[in-house]
Amino acid sequence: MDAVVFKGASHKESLLAPAPVLPPPPAKRPKAKKAKKAVVFFEVEILDAKTKDKLCFLDKVEPNATIGEIKSMFHKSHPHWYPTRQSIRLDPKGKSLKDEDILQHLPVGTTATFYFRDLGAQISWVTVFLTEYAGPLLLYLMFYFRVPFIYAPKYDFTTSKHWVVHLACMCHSFHYLKRLLETLFVHRFSHGTMPLRNIFKNCTYYWGFAAWMAYYINHPLYTPPTIYGEQQVKMALVIFLFCQIGNFSIHIALRNLRPPGSKTRKIPYPTKNPFTWIFLLVSCPNYTYELGSWLGFTLMTQCLPVAFFTAVGFIQMTVWAKGKHRSYLKEFRDYPPLRSPILPFIL
Amino acid sequence: MTAPAMGTTKTTHIDVAPKKKKGPGALATAYLVIYNVVMTAGWLVIAVGLVRAYLARGSYHGLYYSIEKPLKFFQTGALLEILHCAVGIVPSSVVLTGFQVLSRVFLTWAVTHSVREVQSEDSVLLFVSAWTITEIIRYSFYTFSLLNHLPYLIKWARYTFFLVLYPMGVTGELLTIYAALPYVQKTGLYSITLPNKYNFSFDYHTFLILTMVSYIPLFPQLYFHMMRQRKKVLCHVEEFKTE
Repeated sequence: MDAVVFKGASHKESLLAPAPVLPPPPAKRPKAKKAKKAVVFFEVEILDAKTKDKLCFLDKVEPNATIGEIKSMFHKSHPHWYPTRQSIRLDPKGKSLKDEDILQHLPVGTTATFYFRDLGAQISWVTVFLTEYAGPLLLYLMFYFRVPFIYAPKYDFTTSKHWVVHLACMCHSFHYLKRLLETLFVHRFSHGTMPLRNIFKNCTYYWGFAAWMAYYINHPLYTPPTIYGEQQVKMALVIFLFCQIGNFSIHIALRNLRPPGSKTRKIPYPTKNPFTWIFLLVSCPNYTYELGSWLGFTLMTQCLPVAFFTAVGFIQMTVWAKGKHRSYLKEFRDYPPLRSPILPFIL
Repeated sequence: MTAPAMGTTKTTHIDVAPKKKKGPGALATAYLVIYNVVMTAGWLVIAVGLVRAYLARGSYHGLYYSIEKPLKFFQTGALLEILHCAVGIVPSSVVLTGFQVLSRVFLTWAVTHSVREVQSEDSVLLFVSAWTITEIIRYSFYTFSLLNHLPYLIKWARYTFFLVLYPMGVTGELLTIYAALPYVQKTGLYSITLPNKYNFSFDYHTFLILTMVSYIPLFPQLYFHMMRQRKKVLCHVEEFKTE
């Protein structure tokens, strides 16, 4: 029965069905030039660098995933370790991998093992800079206006009778205001964050020194420059302003080396601005100009604490400049050989 | 970074060769042995001087004057140890060593020498004796270590005596600084007042008080560091002994 039905069906089919329209002969498929790539997903396991405990296992990770994306994934399973406090490395004692590094370009197999180190609580560079610079600005003004409990009560809310003290206040305030504005509008930071404890260290340094300097400059018993008097102050002001403009010019030049949102590093070169011509001789002219500004301020106020502050700042900036100079030399084989880190030909 | 070979599942292991600790060269070792022997001898001279003076006078009072010169000489000589660290022939931190030596030198010169009135205080004897015993043990420890013949007794003494000597020395030092305060205030020693050409002031009296206050956070840290060292050094030896 079935067979008959079957036959009938097919017969019927052939009767009912329209004459089969033959599809156009299949176009000869050109042999695929590229072998169809099978997407090989990676597996990522993250171990604690110290205890080697397995902290996280991620499967089906795209081969072109970046370390930054892996950090975000890790953050999901460990919410208290936000990405900026993660240090991911190939070797427990090795260097941290960069956020931009791509998984498949790293020397790992399809199961990648990374080691994690907690960098501790992090705070953004912008926050630190704003806090450490706002302090000196405000503290100095408190001393300038002789807020109570600093000097003897009879001096409360008086101002100094020396014009150089007013000038010094303007210069100091201008300097820190400039720094605040540069932090907000000029600088392009390589790193987003730094360890939290740095803000305490940095603020102690800046705020402490600012208070110490301001105490003496605005003191009722302050002695204005005596060695060369008015000439000295005028000369000091010229040096100070020159170096402030220079420092700002360098910051702008460095900003223009780097497109917004990027972390590229290029060799800085002199631009049309004459203040940047110092790049011919120095790797970190921003520090050179900064030193110059504070030397000017020291000369202007003839105050030993200011000289100490200048000296300490100079030592720190020299350390930074030497480090920066070294990394320039390491990264760029064609780095101009005439340049010194901070002082032309000397240091 | 070139793309990894597909199919490998093992990550490349970075070879960690055992790091050979670079000790000082032969010349540096010879110099250090001489230095440490001389210092041991120097502090022994101070120890003997104290004992002889005590036996001669029959009292603890005023023994400082009998050992004043060798104390100043050998304690100041310890400044060389900062140089040793800076140059690298001794593996300690320059900052830590500098801090320890400078605080000793400060007490010797800026307090005891400078304020004559405290020299007859008993607190001076307290810290001088603590220093003397500590330094004799410490310098002989270094001498024997450099010659690779460290007797266990010396090692034990170095990491045990401090338990008493450290607090003893600190007490002596603090009492001496405290005793110096009224004289410093009265004479304005080492102090600068306003107004002056360089717009700077310094009050040594306040500075000494701040120094005393700084002992509060610093002393426990150093003391517990030594206790941890003691556990590490002495307990490991015991482990080996039982094997």
